[in-house]
Parts: sequence; structure tokens; C-alpha cells
Amino acid sequence: MTGHSTISKPKHFVIIGNGISGVTCARHLRKADADCQITIISGESEHFFSRTALMYIYMGHMKYEHTKPYEDWFWEKNRIALKQAWVSQVDTDNKTLIFSDDSTFDYDVLIIASGSKPNKFGWKGENLQGVQGLYSIQDLELMEKNSQAIKRAVVVGGGLIGIEMAEMFSSRKIPVTFLVREKNFWDTILPEDEAKLINRHIKEHHIDLRLETELDEILDDGTGRVKAIKTKSGDLIDCQFVGLTVGVRPNVDFLKESKIQINRGVVVDSFFKTNVEDVYAIGDCAEFQEAPAADRKNIEQVWYTGRMHGETLAYNLTNSKKVPYQPGIWFNSAKFFDIEYQTYGFVPPIWGEEIESFYWEDSKGKIAIRILYQKSNQAIIGVNAFGWRLRHEYFDHAIEKGYHQEKVLGELGQASFNPEFYKSLHKEVLKQYNQENKRSIQIKKQSFLQKLIGSRA
Amino acid sequence: MKFIQKIGLVIFILAFAGFSLLPFYGSYQLEKESVISETKDIHQEAMVDILQPMYGEVYESNIKFISDFNRYFDAYNNELKSAEEWDKVIWDDYTFSLTKAAATGPVSESPSLFLAVTILLGAFGALLYILPLYRNQPNGIKNDGIYHSSMKSRGLLGIITGSWLILFYIVLYWFPAYLTNLVLMVDPLSMALSGNPASQWFLYGFIYTLAILVMGIRMFRKYRGNNYQTIRTASVMFFQLAFAFMLPEILVLLNMPWHDFKNIWPLDYSFFYDYRLEGMLGSGALGMFMLVWGIILIVVGVPLFTYFYGKRWYCSWVCGCGGLAETLGDPYRQLSDKTVKAWKIERYLIHGVLVFAVVMTAVTLANYFMEFELLGYATNELHTVYGFLIGSAFAGVIGTGFYPLMGNRVWCRFGCPLAAYLGLVQRFKSRFRITTNGGQCISCGNCSTYCEMGIDVRWYAQRGQNIVRSSCVGCGVCSAVCPRGVLKLENADEEGRINDVPIIIGNKSISIKS
Ligand SMILES: Cc1cc2nc3c(=O)[nH]c(=O)nc-3n(C[C@H](O)[C@H](O)[C@H](O)COP(=O)(O)OP(=O)(O)OC[C@H]3O[C@@H](n4cnc5c(N)ncnc54)[C@H](O)[C@@H]3O)c2cc1C
Ligand code: SF4
Ligand code: SF4
Repeated sequence: MTGHSTISKPKHFVIIGNGISGVTCARHLRKADADCQITIISGESEHFFSRTALMYIYMGHMKYEHTKPYEDWFWEKNRIALKQAWVSQVDTDNKTLIFSDDSTFDYDVLIIASGSKPNKFGWKGENLQGVQGLYSIQDLELMEKNSQAIKRAVVVGGGLIGIEMAEMFSSRKIPVTFLVREKNFWDTILPEDEAKLINRHIKEHHIDLRLETELDEILDDGTGRVKAIKTKSGDLIDCQFVGLTVGVRPNVDFLKESKIQINRGVVVDSFFKTNVEDVYAIGDCAEFQEAPAADRKNIEQVWYTGRMHGETLAYNLTNSKKVPYQPGIWFNSAKFFDIEYQTYGFVPPIWGEEIESFYWEDSKGKIAIRILYQKSNQAIIGVNAFGWRLRHEYFDHAIEKGYHQEKVLGELGQASFNPEFYKSLHKEVLKQYNQENKRSIQIKKQSFLQKLIGSRA
Repeated sequence: MKFIQKIGLVIFILAFAGFSLLPFYGSYQLEKESVISETKDIHQEAMVDILQPMYGEVYESNIKFISDFNRYFDAYNNELKSAEEWDKVIWDDYTFSLTKAAATGPVSESPSLFLAVTILLGAFGALLYILPLYRNQPNGIKNDGIYHSSMKSRGLLGIITGSWLILFYIVLYWFPAYLTNLVLMVDPLSMALSGNPASQWFLYGFIYTLAILVMGIRMFRKYRGNNYQTIRTASVMFFQLAFAFMLPEILVLLNMPWHDFKNIWPLDYSFFYDYRLEGMLGSGALGMFMLVWGIILIVVGVPLFTYFYGKRWYCSWVCGCGGLAETLGDPYRQLSDKTVKAWKIERYLIHGVLVFAVVMTAVTLANYFMEFELLGYATNELHTVYGFLIGSAFAGVIGTGFYPLMGNRVWCRFGCPLAAYLGLVQRFKSRFRITTNGGQCISCGNCSTYCEMGIDVRWYAQRGQNIVRSSCVGCGVCSAVCPRGVLKLENADEEGRINDVPIIIGNKSISIKS
């Protein structure tokens, strides 16, 4: 006994990246621990904003300020310090960050949440003026500048950001040519029927959709600006803007010199721990040694997983009993121009013998639902919906518990999340199912009174 | 923009300019006979005398006419006031009726023609612009370019429009005499409906209804494919046209008091004023029905309907103020303030107005039943203050004039005492809520941006929490604009409605309590 107790200095958590994963982690750290010190560092913006809303700024639906999920006073009130700067190196021996202006910053615990950056594949001309990806605010500002008075834009890459970019231009009446390498739009994820449904909708918006078309090179107009592109099949397309949206990769180049293990992303275990003590990684930039679940990838690059990483890590940093990251039933959503897409559970683009599928599409070909289930016990394993909102809670439960798919079909009315007064589609779906399978499943009828007061049961 | 839309826009702007300039057109000549017929018996002698110098003189503008009128009239009154001969002072305001009686010239000669080339042509131009909107486009959210538009994002056009509206309301409420020509135009219509010449209120009601109808059609175009929006808009159009505009005039034609059956105290703040009560009590069975119906709405209708459907049954389906906000005001819905600070101000203001209205009515009724022994006619002072501050300045000038500056629900959000009452029921005893769809929110902010009530919908949605807020008028637009299908307006069992400790679905590692 030395006679005096040491008052331990509160821990300083330093987070690189103010995206959804870093910010969620910071919020939950603060909730669980009122005393710790928290600093969020980001080069892109002072405040957290919603990356997923970037397109709406360009389209004039919102301004930048509307994309901030928290008001500016929120950070001070919750004692989360913000620092706008670029980290250029991490010295884990001295627990110090080094910024691009060579100043330094100490941490006790470092959380890397540095997100992604757009892929480039070494195309000829990919660094010309007017050629760019879309990830950050700075990209958006550049896009605003690059797309002034252009006559045509070419978007390369049939993924989620590609179609968003096409929609952005289309909202400003700028003609778009959309190059998709695959047979159908996003068919590495979507089954053929669904992918074709979106193909049609893209064309309905007067987008020049070129399927099975690959970029060969981007041509210079002589002043360092793009003037056209050439496809692998030799077609020339005049354009003044080229959007490269061929996926993203972890934004970890600044860690290359450090002792932190990097593969494609920052390598972490299921507790988000890196190889270095007191250094963790979450969100888009983290790469799991082992995929979190059979149907999951080692790098998870969506909003929701970033949020869950942040929640889980904060829990582990403030609790003695640590829990491994264990995501539940997969879910995701997107919007392709006017058609909303939601998915729950496991719906791969093609499936094996052991799985069966039921697919329904409305007569106009703009609304669809697919249910996948095990052949053996008819248990539902996943659902895709287009132009039809579904209740997350219902499907999370149904898939987890392995509901008989006919039970789900019978309950589609209550599992629907469409706004009131929308046409009920479940009757048509059921009719088709009954015809195809010679069955006669009925939906539970609601009494007039139940309808009048809006009962869900 | 299509050619026909451009023509529509030009027509609308010309008609609008005509409407704005028309008040300054024509000449005015006051006759002794008009003074006799327009003034009350007790004032006749004095008025005829006061206005002596104006007879026969031809005024080329209403500004000169009104200024002379005021000069003579005020001189008379001021003299009496300084002599403290209060009982002789003329408190009635004859400016409007006498200016109207003195108007000569083209508008009074052919009012229908002028009505046609201003208001009706304007509506026609607007429809030419509106009907082709979004034609050949797939159904969907049509918010492209809103924040690039000067009109819709508080740019110069928005500020000009707001200023025009504010000015219009000020003149309408306090200087209606300047609107004489505009009122003259709708005289024939008023005669046809109620058998009486038009007042400025008839003019206002007519434009108001037309605005709801024309801009309601715009809503049909804009939200095509969204049945909730379509049905709701049809409902406000119907209630405005039938209940607020036609029916009251027909009642007057039948020698009944002017009455709007869908208006509810305390929005209808004069419902319990002595003249209204006497009007209803003196109108036989129908009058009695008005009174009983009005009370039933307050005591049973509001709590019952709000319990089952939320305040939306009134605010975005029936109400006239709501009707204008949801149609004419729709292009400005994104301008509401979403800050927590604004929310605080909102709660003080709106509940303050509710208390004011309740206290004023209680005092009025107590006084009425004690046959004016309690306060004599002092309640009239209270009524004047309320009418000026709340009924006119707040509901009209600020409520509508500020559409292009502070969004389309300023009055409903900060001022309406009925909304406060409905809101209390909605917050504490209702089956209505906006359900958040598990963990699907991407915090994009579309919902909050387009919430006309300034509710930060995203705050709840991103925590997986249902939205249960007293101010939500259930317009359904947050749900419509959400790109991830996160929000659903629902009436359902009370259990689980308020989920203060939500567990966001999807993460099995822990059950996060936000
Ligand atoms: C246009 C677009 C649309 C999208 N839409 C969807 C969608 O609809 N649904 C969905 O699930 N996902 C969507 N995503 C993906 C989603 O946005 C990401 O998965 C998510 O934002 C990742 O969050 P994060 O916190 O890991 O990183 P980020 O949000 O990328 O945040 C990382 C931050 O760290 C900063 N940073 C990086 N390095 C440094 C450094 N060295 N020094 C300082 N700061 C640094 C970056 O500037 C950035 O601000 C979309 C992405 C884009 C680009
Ligand atoms: S919360 Fe939604 S439904 Fe309620 S007022 Fe706001 S936008 Fe309308
Ligand atoms: S619009 Fe939908 S996704 Fe966007 S913040 Fe609101 S609830 Fe979330």
C-alpha cells in the first residue's frame, strides 16, 4: 500500500473517420461511459453527414445541411470532440497519429473507420479531367463542376452507385449512356427476372443502357479533358463526363507504412481487433479474417453493417464481457430510379437444387416479389421485393424461425409495409401461387370493422 | 417545359399582374344616397354631414378617395374624442362599404368580365401549366431541382411571393377598402349564391377555394400513383368547396347564420361569442343543430376520431387551413425549421394560444350566462385582441404569408389551438403512429426535409423508433419520399406504439438500446 490511490486518467478514444461506423461507435461509447474522452477525426467534413444522400444534393432534393443526421450542437453536448484533418501516418509504438501538416495527436485506443474509396482499374485516360468516381463530398463538388454544360455523360459499372449517378444526371436532363459489363443490371446480386425488371425501368427513364459492354479507353480532347470513350467492342461514344463506378475498396493506403496488418482492408478478428494492441477497425475499411456468417463477405460495405460494427465495438470497449460480432438475418435496400428494392435473408442470383423459388410480377412489370425456400421443409430463407415495401420485423422473424413459405404467402397482407390505400397485391400473388402449385391457400379475411380501425392482427 | 406549359405560365403571370393592379383602376364618386343607404340609422345624419365635401367629386384613384374619406371622418371623430364625447364617436368603419358604393367605372359596370380576365384566367393559366406536369414520366417522387429553384428555396422569387402574400393579407384584414374593385368582381357570384353582395371575405373565400382546387389538381399530378395522397387531397378539396364555401352561402340565402359545419372550436374561436350563440339559438331547429353539432365535435368528435386515426383525420383531410397548406403550400413544405430550438418555441407558442383561447372562451361564456354582469362588455376587448393577434396576424399574415419563407404549416404548427388540442389527444391516447421499419433507415434525411411540421423524423427512424409526435398532421409525405421504405402511417393497437427503448433489428451480437 502506497497510501495514495491513483486516479486513473479517463481513456482517450480516437476514431479516424466520421462516417456511420465511427459515429455510431462514438455515440455508444458515450452512452456507456460518461467519463471517457472521445475524438473523431475526419478529413472530408467537420460534421457527420449521410453519404447515402449525396445524390439528393445533386438532384436538388436536399442541401448538404439536410444530410447531417445530428444538429451541430449535438457533438459538444455529448462531449465528442471533432477534428477536421487528414491522418497521413499511424505510429502505433508511440500511440500517435501524424497529420498531413506533420502535427501529431496521441491516442489511448485507436478506432479506424476510414471507409472506402472508388476503384480504378488502370484504364487509359482514367485521370483525364471529367473522369471521376463518386464517394465523398469533394467528389460531389467535382461532379457539379465537371458536369456544367455537358452534352452526354457515360457511367461505367452496373452497381448501386452507377445507377445513382445515372439518376442524378437524368434529373438534370443530361443524356446518359450506362455501360454494364454483365448480361443484366447488377446480376451478380439479382436473379435474372429482377435484373431484367430494372433493365426495363432504366430504359423507361431514357437511359442509353448498354449491357455486356465494357470500357476500353477514355479519349482525350487534346486539352486534358475527356471527349469520348471507346468500348471493348470498338464503339465510340462522345461524352464530356465519365463516371467510374466499378465498386469501392477499403481506404487504407495511409496505413501501409504502419505496423497494422493490411490485406485488402484492415485485418480484424470478430471483435474488430487488429494485430496491434488497442487498435481496432470497423465499417467499410475492416476486413474480417473469417466471414461473419456463411452468407456474408469478409468485407462488409453497407451502411447497416457499419452501424452494427460501431455498436458492437463500443459495447466491447466498455464492457468486460466481450461479444463477437454476430450479425442477424441479412437485410438491405436500395432504390433504382422510382423502384424501391428490399431484401431479407438469402437470395443469391442463382441457387442450387435444394432451394425452390416462387416469383410474382405485376402485369405492368414494375412490382415483383420472390420468395426462396428450402425444398426439403419448405422453410423460407429469403425474399426480394421490388416496388413493394415489406415489414422488416416480420421477415426477420419468419426467416429466423424458418416459417413455412405458404404461411408467409398467406400473411403477405400484414407483412406488407406499403402506405395505406395502396392496392393490395397479396391476393394476386396468392392467386398465381395457387394456380402454379394447384393449391388453395387462403388469406385471413379482415372484418369491416378491423379494416375501418386499421387492425394489423 | 412544354410549349403549352410556357403559355400557361405567361397567362398566369399576366392574370396575376392584372389582379394585383386592378385595385388601382377606375374612379370613385360618392353620392349622398349611398351614404344614407350604407350607414346605420343612428349614424346617418352625422355621416351625411361629415362627407358633404366629397359629394359629386370624381376621384381618379381609390388612394385619393380613401385618404379624403379618412380625413373628414377622422376630423369629426377626433374632435369628439378630444371633447370626450365618447357616446357620439362613430366606432363603425364605413370605409369599405362606402368606397364600394362610390366605385364607378369599368369594373362595376362589367364585373364578370374582369373576374374572367383576372382570377379565372389565372386559374386557367395555372391549369395549363399543371395538367401536363410529369406527363409520360413514370410515377415516383418529383422533388428534382427543388433546392435549385428560387421560388421553392427562399430565393428572390420566394421572397417576392412571400412579400406579396403578406401585403395582401394586411390589406385584406385591415384596409379592405383598397380591394374594392376585386370585391366588385365577385358581386354577381355572391348574389347568385347567397343573395347578398360580396364582402372582402367572400372574395377571400372564393380565391382560397379556387387555390385549393387548382393546386389540389397539381397534387394529383405530383403524387400520381400514391393513393394516400390522392384520396387525402380529394378530401380537403371537397370539404373546402362544399362545407367552407358553398354551404355557408346557401345558409345565408335561407336566412340562416353563416356557418361552416366542419370548423371546430377553438380554431373557430368565435363559436361561443354571444352573437354567434344568439344567431344559432335564434335560427330554429337548424340553428340548434349547429350548436349541438359544434359541441359534439369538440367533446366527442375530436377525441374519438383522433383516438382511432390520429389528428390527421382533421388536419390533413378536412381542415381548410390544412387544405390550403397541403395544396397551395405543398411547394414550400421543405422550408419548415427542423431544429430542436424551433420545436421548443413551437410547444410554448401553440399551447400558449390554446390556453388563451380556452380562458377567453370560458370568460365569455361565464359572462354570457351571467347576463353580462360579470364583466359587462369587457370581453369584447379580449375578443378584439385575440382576433387581431391570433385570428388575423398569426393565422393569416404569418400563417399563409410566410409559406415561401418558413414553410406551409407555420400557423398549424405554432399557432392553431385546435391543433394543440388534437395533438394532446394524439400524443397521449391514440392508435396512430408512424411505424419505423426495423433497421432499414440510411439517415438520408429526405423525411425530415419534407416534413412540413418540422419534425425531425430521421431522429426517430435511424434509432428504429416509431414516430409519435403531437404535431404530426399525418400528411404521409415523409413516408412517400423515403427511398428505403422505412416509414408507414398506421392505426394499430396501442401496445408497442411508443417504443422508447428500441432494439434495432439485425445485430445479434448485442441488443442495442438506443
Ligand atoms: C453514393 C453512395 C451511396 C451509397 N448508398 C448506400 C445505400 O443506399 N445503402 C447502404 O447500405 N450503403 C450505401 N453506401 C455505402 C455506405 O455509404 C458505406 O458503406 C458507409 O458510408 C461506410 O461507412 P464508414 O463509416 O465505414 O465510412 P465512411 O462513411 O466512408 O467514412 C469514413 C470517413 O473517414 C475519413 N477518412 C478516411 N481516411 C482518413 C484519413 N486518413 N484521415 C482522416 N479522415 C479519413 C473519410 O474522409 C470519411 O469521411 C453508399 C455509398 C455511396 C458512396
Ligand atoms: S411526420 Fe410525416 S406524416 Fe407527420 S407531418 Fe411530418 S411529414 Fe407529415
Ligand atoms: S427518408 Fe427514410 S431512409 Fe431517409 S432518413 Fe428518413 S426514414 Fe431514414
